[in-house]
Amino acid sequence: MTTITRPVRTADGVGTSSVRPDAPAKTKGEFAYSSDLHAEGMLWGATVRSPHSRARIVSIDVAPALAMVGVHAVLTLDDVPGSRLFGLERSDQPVLADGETRYWGEPVAVVAAEGRETARLAAAAIRVDYEPLTPASDPGEAERNGSTFRVIEIVNGDEMAHGPVVVEGYYEVGQQDQAPLGTESGLAIPDGEGGVDLHISTQWIHVDHEQVVDALGLRTDQVRLHMAGIGGAFGSREDLSLQIHLCMLALHTGRPVKMVYDRAESFVGHVHRHPARMWYRHEADPDGKLRRVEARILLDGGAYASTSSAVLANACYFAIGPYRCDSVVVHGAAARTNNPPAGAMRGFGAVQSCFGYESQMDRLAEALGMDPIELRLKNALGHGDRLATTGQPIEGSLPTRQVIESLDAMPMLDSGSDDPRRLPGGTGLTTPASAVRRGVGFAVGIKNLAFSEGFDDFAEARAVLTTEGLRIHTAAAEVGQGLVSVVEQIARSATGMESVQIVWDDTSHIGSAGSTSASRQTQMTGGALLAACEAVLAEALRRGDGDRLDDRGVWRGDELVAPLADLLAEGPIEHLERFRHPPTEAPDERGRGNVHAGFAVAAHRAVVDVDPELGLVRVVRVDTAQDVGKAINPAAVLGQIEGGIMQGVGLAVMEEIILDEGVMKNASFTDYLLPTFLDAPEVEAILIEEPDHWGPFGAKGVGEPPAISSTAAVVAAIRAATGKPLTRTPVKPEDIVGL
Amino acid sequence: MIRLTVNGIEHTTDPVGPESLLTTLRDRLGLYGSKNACEQGECGSCSVFLDGELVCSCLVMAADADGSEVVTVEGIAGGDGLHRVQQAMIEGSGVQCGFCTPGIVVAAAHLFETGAPVTADDIREALAGNICRCTGYGAIVRALAALSGERP
Amino acid sequence: MLVPKRLVASPNLPPRMNTHLPRDLEEALSALEAEPQATILAGGTDLMVSVNYQGMRPSAVVGIRRVAELLEWDGRFIGAGVTYTRMEHGPIPALAQSARTVGSPQIRNAGTLGGNLGTASPAGDALPVLAALDAEIVLRSKSGERTLPWDAFITGPKRNALEPGEIILGARLPERIPPGQAFAKIGIRNAMVIAIASCCMFRDDDGRTSLALGSVGPTPIRPRRAEEMISAERTPSPAALDEFQRLVSAEVSPISDHRSTEAYRRHASGVLARRLLERVIN
Repeated sequence: MTTITRPVRTADGVGTSSVRPDAPAKTKGEFAYSSDLHAEGMLWGATVRSPHSRARIVSIDVAPALAMVGVHAVLTLDDVPGSRLFGLERSDQPVLADGETRYWGEPVAVVAAEGRETARLAAAAIRVDYEPLTPASDPGEAERNGSTFRVIEIVNGDEMAHGPVVVEGYYEVGQQDQAPLGTESGLAIPDGEGGVDLHISTQWIHVDHEQVVDALGLRTDQVRLHMAGIGGAFGSREDLSLQIHLCMLALHTGRPVKMVYDRAESFVGHVHRHPARMWYRHEADPDGKLRRVEARILLDGGAYASTSSAVLANACYFAIGPYRCDSVVVHGAAARTNNPPAGAMRGFGAVQSCFGYESQMDRLAEALGMDPIELRLKNALGHGDRLATTGQPIEGSLPTRQVIESLDAMPMLDSGSDDPRRLPGGTGLTTPASAVRRGVGFAVGIKNLAFSEGFDDFAEARAVLTTEGLRIHTAAAEVGQGLVSVVEQIARSATGMESVQIVWDDTSHIGSAGSTSASRQTQMTGGALLAACEAVLAEALRRGDGDRLDDRGVWRGDELVAPLADLLAEGPIEHLERFRHPPTEAPDERGRGNVHAGFAVAAHRAVVDVDPELGLVRVVRVDTAQDVGKAINPAAVLGQIEGGIMQGVGLAVMEEIILDEGVMKNASFTDYLLPTFLDAPEVEAILIEEPDHWGPFGAKGVGEPPAISSTAAVVAAIRAATGKPLTRTPVKPEDIVGL
Repeated sequence: MIRLTVNGIEHTTDPVGPESLLTTLRDRLGLYGSKNACEQGECGSCSVFLDGELVCSCLVMAADADGSEVVTVEGIAGGDGLHRVQQAMIEGSGVQCGFCTPGIVVAAAHLFETGAPVTADDIREALAGNICRCTGYGAIVRALAALSGERP
Repeated sequence: MLVPKRLVASPNLPPRMNTHLPRDLEEALSALEAEPQATILAGGTDLMVSVNYQGMRPSAVVGIRRVAELLEWDGRFIGAGVTYTRMEHGPIPALAQSARTVGSPQIRNAGTLGGNLGTASPAGDALPVLAALDAEIVLRSKSGERTLPWDAFITGPKRNALEPGEIILGARLPERIPPGQAFAKIGIRNAMVIAIASCCMFRDDDGRTSLALGSVGPTPIRPRRAEEMISAERTPSPAALDEFQRLVSAEVSPISDHRSTEAYRRHASGVLARRLLERVIN
């Protein structure tokens, strides 16, 4: 086992904190995001949306918009040439409203016009006559009515197992939004031959491509999706937003069409994290051994399926956490309501259940009179154990004990300060130092890596050696996480080449890299390009009859036996690889099976200062130890850790979409509060490197684990500081004060 | 029609009605560096200098900026090279998706203008109007703290 | 913004917006006289949000950020064009503390005292300071000048007593500003936050105390009974502090909304007032 506490900058292969190649352009404002794209003669698109949670569309009068000068298209559902429904898990969402609107903000019509202002006016001029209907707003009631996207039952272990020490609890997780800074945007350009090129920010161009092709009723080669610069994702770009709309407008008008959602529209333009209600019962022996856990998990999936089935699955499979347990019973449901659709957000169901099970573990420790860390260590899941829910043996590394122990052993760095900016309330000067109570909380979480339940999960990459150097072709999405560095570094370490260029191929030039989600790209695209590079290297060494390759060519010992130009005289050397992880399977009817491809754990220790009289919280520190397999780029790993922790803190103390009968009351950055520079805790991270059983250099995905248990750790710390049970996150001042 | 000097170059342009300076910079002058993450003054991604003051260009009415001097991220380095804030952000891993980066570069350039020493808390407060969703702020603060006290 | 307000269908964009950018008061007032329906634009931090999100399209704008007279700050008179940045670095500690909590550096460089008054939001950050000082608001038009007490100028939530053709010249503070002064504001995060509750207090050496609370009523609230009670206590006992806190809580009129609850705001008002008093006394 190796641990690294602070990344060190050296040279540029695997294990170094090499500078990411897109950083200079980004600092200069020269990096083109999808919202920066423009084309000669382009029109602007705008969307008409329902102001009701649920309504019947009585009539749509588009004539006033069509009558306006400069308006080139006004389209409704009847204008959809192909499939009228789309969706990731099932095609249940209409491209444009189909006579009934089912959530606040659902798209009803789209327009294309000369200029953004004309498009806005045209959209405003369209008269939609709605008959409001009673919305289903309560997921509990929906579940009772059988209105669900999926129901999961998991029963595993010794059904007779019980423990004398019992704690029960009910917990809630509010609805978080991904809120990437880049809003939904894109540019569609018709090719003049009935086809279209779409430049788009998204997490998976191939799955978007499939849905767009279906909706447009075109051949797959007539539609090409190009990955544009992406301003963050965090799950918000897995579902389609404006892709089909833009292509329809472009094909209808014969002109390029650009659309950019503003922030308010972005809030309704993408899915959100599933809010959760969880009932838990933990039973243990007096020595702390977990004997039985029963859990009921209810997620609100909103109006359309999105990825609710998979999110629910995650929440249920990880309902116990990274712990052994003799007997589990989990019942989960994803309800269908007329609330805004819920779907993927970093952590994907595992965040919600972590809040539940870690809150329970602290309660259990108290009931046992046991140290909460000891209780976790006692039951920690590791390599060779079986996941309690599915029964799957853990084949890869899972250093849960090490993660917990090394974090617990990390000295508590002193973050005391007299500076008012460091006190609860900050520059608001609400809180004298004497009113502050400090609390510490600890939590551990587990997440699956890559896709599960038998999904055919693969990634393609092509490596090409030319006289200019090595080129890697991929359709993977660089959403900010640093895949761009990972690709370069793996390519360098795998071949010895210094000069590496990445080509972000569109859908017509390479096969799918799969989704940039589920913390999978380092292992999947990394795995594909590693294999492709090794094949290219092998061929280069064979051709050049040498033992080493670099930018100058092939070497034998100290002799350059085949300069690059000579080596490639007969043509470039290339290899296309389609990489798959070890197969997974769908579970049986009791939720059992080898459902997952791999796992990662992380632990968080939060220090908070609380002003109990006013209920104000300052998150002082969140330290962490994370199971990373192999840190390809330690600085980038730390960046993902600090970013994920910040989102976890956000869910703990300030981020929540507030709904009133399905209507969002805070669809803006004024009232959906994102943490600022002044809200960020100090972070110290320990990277635990125990290589995983598949993937390049044993690396594991690192994006989600930081967001899994950080929320639970912060809330645990607030409980410690205040003595309040706090069973709901985000924690509000009135919860702490008890009003 | 209004006259705007942007990054030292004088432009004549015709904003539509009360449109924001941000819209004018991006859609009329082709300067896409300033970003449109919220258009409400709550994220700082559109930060520019207006007559020497750091402001959110989404909250400036372009018509009201007639005759003013604007410096955007494209002009912050004042030449072909990189401003030391840009260099620090690159080397310090302060950039992930980068959407917040132009606004942070502009706001931070202001902070380090005089070369006076600044603490990590000073940096945080000076950039409190710039939201980042990717980095959790740590790398940015560390990267910029290295510039404290350096002669510009 | 989400579903744009229904507009009368128009085949063209609206007629060209008239813009006036006066450099002095005379010019400004002439512009307002010529176009009484014109929208007054100061820093833009409130107005531009309406432009960007509510489809606000004024037919005429008078941009007043260059008007010299509005930028004056001498002794008791603070011009309407004085920005939060200037207030933050200015000579009145309570005002400086309140200005420091406004938005962000970008917002503070643009937002003005006059804008805060013009918008008259219940959560306006400088307003409790003006209210606690019994500031007068000076208004000017072509026909002359008039002065209103702050609570005659602010007539309700987001309502003020400005007449067409009038602009806010500034705020006039009392001759003597008590040396004991403090401000505090509660928000969920540590920057760029609309106050859930705020409080400003001034206390003189003889114990005379005035305080005002923001975001806990339709306009800033002066809890008169609490003021009277605590002004009589030169060195308040713990029991007196409790009573003071209770009285403040009783005199505010908060609501519940998506930001906070009535009960929390009421409780927080009392706590803030008590803490400010303790701060000012020590």
